[in-house]
Amino acid sequence: MSPVPTDVIDEIASVPPELGAVRRRRPDVREYAQKYFESIFAPVDDSQFSVADRWLVAAFATRLTADDQTAEFYARRAREASPAAEAVLTAAEQSLWSGPFGHYAEPGLASENTEGLRLLAVEIAGIEPRLAAALAHAHLLTYRLRETDAASHDLLQDAGWSTDGIVTLSQLLAFLAFQQRVIASLTVLKEVFA
Amino acid sequence: MTDTAATALGTLRYDLPHPDRFTTEQVGWVPWLEPPAKDDLTERQLTGLDDERRANSPYFRLLARDPELLLNRTRTDKGIFYNEDAGAPRADRELAAAVASRLNGCVFCASVHARFAGKLSRREDDVARLLEEGVEADLGPRWNAVKAAAIALTQTPIALTSAHVEALRAEGFDELSILDVLQGASFFNNANRLMLTLGRAVQPGVELP
Repeated sequence: MSPVPTDVIDEIASVPPELGAVRRRRPDVREYAQKYFESIFAPVDDSQFSVADRWLVAAFATRLTADDQTAEFYARRAREASPAAEAVLTAAEQSLWSGPFGHYAEPGLASENTEGLRLLAVEIAGIEPRLAAALAHAHLLTYRLRETDAASHDLLQDAGWSTDGIVTLSQLLAFLAFQQRVIASLTVLKEVFA
Repeated sequence: MTDTAATALGTLRYDLPHPDRFTTEQVGWVPWLEPPAKDDLTERQLTGLDDERRANSPYFRLLARDPELLLNRTRTDKGIFYNEDAGAPRADRELAAAVASRLNGCVFCASVHARFAGKLSRREDDVARLLEEGVEADLGPRWNAVKAAAIALTQTPIALTSAHVEALRAEGFDELSILDVLQGASFFNNANRLMLTLGRAVQPGVELP
């Protein structure tokens, strides 16, 4: 396995020293975004969600979100971590969509409801059911987060996910949604302020 | 498996009214999964909560099921929104959070951060229009530039380009201020995903279980 970068965001975004100095004006963000990453991928306890599966879900979610350096980073890590990586990355390519879309639970917002691709775990080929349920959940959180309901949690639990596992899965997806966008931001800042 | 809480299964269900629409009133929130009871929190979970007052919140107690993630996430959040050593005014960071929440559809997050943005800027009317009309609302040149960047970062695929950053620059934002706005919007793509998927919003004024 490749070593853990000392600052994964700087590494993926290839942050130059000048922009790095700006990032350091927000030292807690830099420090804790890195620790947030490390606590997901080098956790105290991975009994409810294995580290190999974390890299796979991360590769899937980041590829759904963009075709960028972040997605490449997680694809590479997933390939190192698990033989299932190719099937997961193929599944991502086959289920690309755009967001945010979906129906609101709030009655007064019905006029804003929109439609799109709702991926089901059973539609994901070549992946064991528990991981497929996590990938379907990742698709939901990537594109139509406002549609999550009690049934979404039933599906995960029926596929073998514990309450603790679901919390970590949700945190992983939420973390990546943040990290990938910060990296996209730094990539643009780097161009503009070069 | 040594943690007995890890074996507790079952989605929680509620017969509680949803909010009708976006609002700056105090929206309620209930979790889909059982948070640890306040009295059952372990030392590790209390460390993850960082501030004992968070133990009163079912949202934070639920996240305390993975204590290290919660702690590092909370400190990232505080570092983005509360470090006032230069950079963007807090109101602009909160506006970015409110725009992301409006576009993603997080009625709970939007209510909290629209209140903050409105109070800090004394522009409650503009913030109310953002919630009512959606992200198309005209907020004037400065806030429109913040709004456009927050929209582009919230879209999937991510749609941020140099034009968004140039527009902020043209409104007087320096590099650190732009970073503050972009990190604020990016972070709410985290917060919206947790709030919208680990539980749901409840109509203001309704008593929670």
